[in-house]
Amino acid sequence: MSGVQLTYREAMREALREALTRDDRVFLMGEDVGRYGGCFAVSLGLLEEFGPERIRDTPLSESAFVGAGIGAAIAGMRPIVEIMTVNFSMLALDQILNNAATLHHMSGGQISVPLVIRMTTGAGRQLAAQHSHSLEGWYAHIPGLRIVAPATLEDARGMLWTALGDPDPVLIFEHGSLYGTSGTLSGDAGPVDIDHAVIRRSGDGATIVTYGGTLPTALSAAEELAGEGIDVDVIDLRTLRPLDDATIIDSVRRTHRAVIVDEGWRSGSLSAEISARITEQALYELDAPVRRVCTAEVPMPYAKHLEEAALPRPDGVADAVREVVGRR
Amino acid sequence: MPSLGADMDQGTVVEWLVRPGDTVHKGDIMAVVDTTKAAVEVECFTAGVVQELLVEPGRTVPVGTVLATLAPAESAAEPEPTAQAVPEPRPATQKPAARKPAAAGPQVRKLAAELGVDLATVRGSGKAGAITRADIQQAAERKSKPVPTSGRTKVSPYARRLADELGVDLATITPGGRDGAVHAADIRATAGRPETPRRPQPKRDRVEAMRATTAGLMARSKREIPHYYLTTSVDMFIALEWSHKRNRELPVPDRILPAALLLKATALAAKAVPGFNGHWIDDRFESASTVHLGIAVAMRGGGLAAPAILDASELDLTTLMARLRDLVKRARAGRLRRTEMTSATITVTNLGDLGVDTVHGVIYPPQVALVGFGKVLERPWAVDGLLGVRPIVTATLSADHRVTDGHSGARFLDVLSGRLREPETL
Amino acid sequence: MTPDQARQLVRAELLRIVPDAAIDVIPADADLREELELDSLDFQSFVAQLSERTGHRIDEDDYGHLRTLAGCVEFLATRD
Repeated sequence: MSGVQLTYREAMREALREALTRDDRVFLMGEDVGRYGGCFAVSLGLLEEFGPERIRDTPLSESAFVGAGIGAAIAGMRPIVEIMTVNFSMLALDQILNNAATLHHMSGGQISVPLVIRMTTGAGRQLAAQHSHSLEGWYAHIPGLRIVAPATLEDARGMLWTALGDPDPVLIFEHGSLYGTSGTLSGDAGPVDIDHAVIRRSGDGATIVTYGGTLPTALSAAEELAGEGIDVDVIDLRTLRPLDDATIIDSVRRTHRAVIVDEGWRSGSLSAEISARITEQALYELDAPVRRVCTAEVPMPYAKHLEEAALPRPDGVADAVREVVGRR
Repeated sequence: MPSLGADMDQGTVVEWLVRPGDTVHKGDIMAVVDTTKAAVEVECFTAGVVQELLVEPGRTVPVGTVLATLAPAESAAEPEPTAQAVPEPRPATQKPAARKPAAAGPQVRKLAAELGVDLATVRGSGKAGAITRADIQQAAERKSKPVPTSGRTKVSPYARRLADELGVDLATITPGGRDGAVHAADIRATAGRPETPRRPQPKRDRVEAMRATTAGLMARSKREIPHYYLTTSVDMFIALEWSHKRNRELPVPDRILPAALLLKATALAAKAVPGFNGHWIDDRFESASTVHLGIAVAMRGGGLAAPAILDASELDLTTLMARLRDLVKRARAGRLRRTEMTSATITVTNLGDLGVDTVHGVIYPPQVALVGFGKVLERPWAVDGLLGVRPIVTATLSADHRVTDGHSGARFLDVLSGRLREPETL
Repeated sequence: MTPDQARQLVRAELLRIVPDAAIDVIPADADLREELELDSLDFQSFVAQLSERTGHRIDEDDYGHLRTLAGCVEFLATRD
């Protein structure tokens, strides 16, 4: 099958296009998704192609339009709600946590909320303290939600359709720095599962666990380490809730050392949860404590060099691996 | 005293180039030793501080004798480059650079005195290795908060498991130094096994690999060892009656199986008759002083292992039985210790359970004998001049003709069957 | 102990020794040691477990009764 050259955002647009074409119940709504083509240009051209009933611009009120999306889902539609960034989702947290995640349980199963929410997340573009959060780890704390983080073109292209098929809410986190990444996508690329982690690179020296925007960071570190004779497993979690314990533990059983890379702040982060699970399930395999490489515990700086210093970097990840392997 | 030549078995210490208290590093020359051929320098293979010189110059000692003891250095400091860094030509006496006390300004020295910190024990983190106030403070803190000496060494969970598997005594391991904890690499270094990534092999592959190894070994055995075979039938009536009677008093798990009787008898025969217990190495037979009895264990799913029960000739039957049970269990689970895999001095195969009457086995090189036992069968037998029925087991000896001949082989089997006729001596 | 309980017990203990054994296809009068390739150690372990689980003494003289599935069940069921 011949491949197509495209970017992550184009892959996501293709996914939207496919969903809108195949299922009449699907529609997209959010701020600037229509006339503007989406804040990150993901829905560029879709308004022209599918019309204002299917591509709906909303007012600047997250709580309102997420609530409307929940209502539409309950009524039988398959809405895709786009919240511009995870930062603004804070304004819709009550809707997401107390309605979307919980109505199925509170109604004794009578109500389902087959809602998909897409959000941009992450830092690295000098958007400073209020606009650079990575809160997918927080959302992964909530029962009733499925949390996914596509990091590759295949996942950007394939996770949406599978998410729309889920009878319960799915939150898709797209890291802002990934939109411009390009590559070759197979011509018959289609839906992918949203249950399993995938090992993107193999090696027995140590296990690096990561997801989303820090996957390129981890792979870069792995490349550097390979030059020193340390080959590592790099696990792309893909789904943050529920976590694919089996893949993680299986890898740690082989390598005996783990480093988790998470763009959230360390304390109470997803990396802490993963570290706990590794300790619970594979303590007797560990040859060194589990290390975590996370964002510095500060509000994200605006100045470029400070922002870079605060975020996980390939050399920091490589150092952490060297430490657990005992070469430091 | 290292072995510095293939045929060297002793050496004379000519001269010591270090003194107790000296710090040595990997590669430093420690002494000059005379062999029958030439004077050779002995180098140090690890960093440390010389504790005691045990052999004085002029003394001749066998290879393997401890010549000196070293204490591991806390921080093996790199020798500071001095102006005359050129090593003097050997064999003139060479004093390795002693560790100079690092530079410390007057304020630092004052602080050290106040806090009771010995400057000689502090590693400087300042410019050119100078000691800073922070260094002194840290040293003082370390002193006031001594590492809890509850006798508890930090061992990583994986290292602990490995030590158990490889039969390494944790008490003998000094931590690698990085964080004061013992890690897998430290265990492997002691056990002499390099890290091989443990990919979960599909069961078939493992079995095939094992078969391939066994195949190679068997081919080599047949190629190199001139086998001869002797067979004898042993009347097990007395032995089985005796163990039967004993077992009546014992709970099921403690009962002695006939297998244990056969093993012990074999071990005693191997000890009594020379030429069957040991190894053929470098074109000669090296008799072993103890009998480590190899047991051929069939694994479920195929494959054969032959681990050893150590010191089998000295164990009482109950202990031997327990060791056998434990060994077979661990062999089937793939959890054998290295010593068990490599130490057998003679092997026993086929404890008669598979219904074969007679076994003509292939010797496992570098051993020189293999004993096989067939199934215990009720057979017509002459008893006191009359025809009776007795439990008979066929014992076979496969032996290396380079070491023994039919005469010794017959004696071996004679001792073996004799022991089985007097089970109380087992 | 009822024959059914005895059967369950024997089955469980055989599976403990040979985890992938297909107990249900073994003929009731087939020699267990041959069918499952049990050696003397396995057999002793099997008997030890039966003895422990039932709380009854089993002598070496009784081993003959335990050669087949039917024999085991009968032996254990009549013991109680």
